[in-house]
Amino acid sequence: MTPATERAMTPPADVGGAGARRVTTSALGDVARMFRRSHAAMFGLALVVALTVCAVLAPLLTPHDPNEVDTTRRLARPLSPGHPLGTDEFGRDMTARLLHGARISLAVGLAATTLAALAGSLCGLLAGLGGGWIDHAIMRSIDTLMAFPYFLLAIAIIAALGPGLVNGMIAVAVVNIPFYGRIVRGTVLAVRETEYVQAARALGVSELRLAIKHVLRNCLAPIIVAVTLNVGGMITALAGLSFLGLGVQPPVSDWGSMLSSSRQYINVAPHVAALPGLAIFLAVLGFNLLGDGLRDALDPRLR
Amino acid sequence: MAAVGGGGLQGYVVRRLLLAVPVLFGVSLLVFAVMHLAPGDPAAIMLGAQATREDVERLHRELGLDRPLAVQYARWLGRVLQGDLGRSIPLGREVLPEVLTRFKATLILTGGALLVALVIGVPAGIVSATRQYSWLDRLSMGIAVTGVSLPVFWTGIMLIIVFSLMLRWLPSAGMYSPYGGDFADLLWHLILPAVTLGTASAAALARMTRSSVLEIVRQDFVRSARAKGLAERAVVGRHVLKNAVNPVVTVLGIQVGTLLGGAILTETVFSWPGLGSMMVRAIQARDYPLVQGGVLLIATTFVGVNLLVDLLYAVFDPRIRYE
Repeated sequence: MTPATERAMTPPADVGGAGARRVTTSALGDVARMFRRSHAAMFGLALVVALTVCAVLAPLLTPHDPNEVDTTRRLARPLSPGHPLGTDEFGRDMTARLLHGARISLAVGLAATTLAALAGSLCGLLAGLGGGWIDHAIMRSIDTLMAFPYFLLAIAIIAALGPGLVNGMIAVAVVNIPFYGRIVRGTVLAVRETEYVQAARALGVSELRLAIKHVLRNCLAPIIVAVTLNVGGMITALAGLSFLGLGVQPPVSDWGSMLSSSRQYINVAPHVAALPGLAIFLAVLGFNLLGDGLRDALDPRLR
Repeated sequence: MAAVGGGGLQGYVVRRLLLAVPVLFGVSLLVFAVMHLAPGDPAAIMLGAQATREDVERLHRELGLDRPLAVQYARWLGRVLQGDLGRSIPLGREVLPEVLTRFKATLILTGGALLVALVIGVPAGIVSATRQYSWLDRLSMGIAVTGVSLPVFWTGIMLIIVFSLMLRWLPSAGMYSPYGGDFADLLWHLILPAVTLGTASAAALARMTRSSVLEIVRQDFVRSARAKGLAERAVVGRHVLKNAVNPVVTVLGIQVGTLLGGAILTETVFSWPGLGSMMVRAIQARDYPLVQGGVLLIATTFVGVNLLVDLLYAVFDPRIRYE
């Protein structure tokens, strides 16, 4: 969890809670204008869009199959004929492997983030709205999860469930539950005391409707910012698990497992290790800049 | 410092120590669960496919797996409190001495990385904040956002390619030279892993130091200090840094956790004989007692570090201990 991620925990201003449609549109316009003004945020957005397009169109962007072995072309250097980014230790095309690896890395990172955001938000909502012993039980469980160093907890969960893609996703999602839980609980506690929520309660609106219509809607902005700031860390954590051989298992490969298998060849072909790592770095940088830009645009006080 | 109404530093320390007890209890529950969350019979998993039914049943009895979970937990906790972390089947050795030896190496690596983070991160953050919006500020924050985005395992491999394989300046693996070495040799081997592990933390620390200093710089008392003609160096040194230290200490505490977790990856890249690389092998070998021992030791250390951070707050800011 980076400081950027921690700073996102501040509850937001009331976005779309009350006011006419024109006011909301204008607020969104302000956010978009503020976002566009940041070169770093726009660069982050461009990186994320470019990587997503590459991942989605992977089969169209390269004629090679990522698992097509050619032992006559092992460890070919970048800019080799037919292999613009060279080949790996089995003669497989690096471009194809990086593009197809992007599909796994981005999809798994986004899926794990969604899982964490859903579970964490539910915990935060329950704690904030339930109060009393429910709040106490959830927050003490969150304290316990936070007592573990971030990556160590993921490793401990993998130790229990066993290595694998799905287990890796579950592990990093569980590790990030406290992050979302605390943000949503904080927002719920702030929103619960606002006059319009108390007015709705006085009018006899049910607690469930209150939670969904008024409280949850106000949590959406901080959750969106938190998700954007968190995806980068998720991609790194999942790549790290794969690098250790505890995440994605062969024959499927992501950027982390590509980096791991290439380690022994860095002496003769440094590009096989440099390129997957560069891809991870660019993806994480893109999401971090995008998240920072979104957070700044939604709450300029935090800049 | 005099105690006020049961407050004071002593009362604060006792309250914080008591708060750590339920957290440690939760940690012990989770560590205990590592073996019991595994699908299937832990004894059969630990012994592998080649084990006979008799072997599995014997281990089952030895571990007390036929008893209720609450009884198993109580027995396990009782043994842990007496320093008995069990026995590693693949290694054929007691877990405690094994993890303690390895933990020493992890602490050396983490300490080195923390030093790197402090030496680079804090000055970079101060310079950035005191020259806000200058090219120096933009450059250091640009480097910082790059730093927090670098995957530690890739940074390590890139540093090995440049400094070990191309320039041949620094060793790429191990804690000492193959035929043993002294303290200088250890420091020589520590440079690359510590820089690798400390880079991301330095970046995070620089960002936090910058925002803390910026927040303090805008306070009235800083304006007053400037208005009375105090030199800028004295304003920053005497008034700003003293007040900006607590958020930085908080991040430092969090970074210790990041470093302890990141050490697992760094140790694997540099073949550093620490707890992290041992645990990765233990997970692959399904050596549950070794994994539990390692996780417990690191998590307890992290709880201790957080406790220390909270106590440091009270030392740096006397208002906290009276809250």
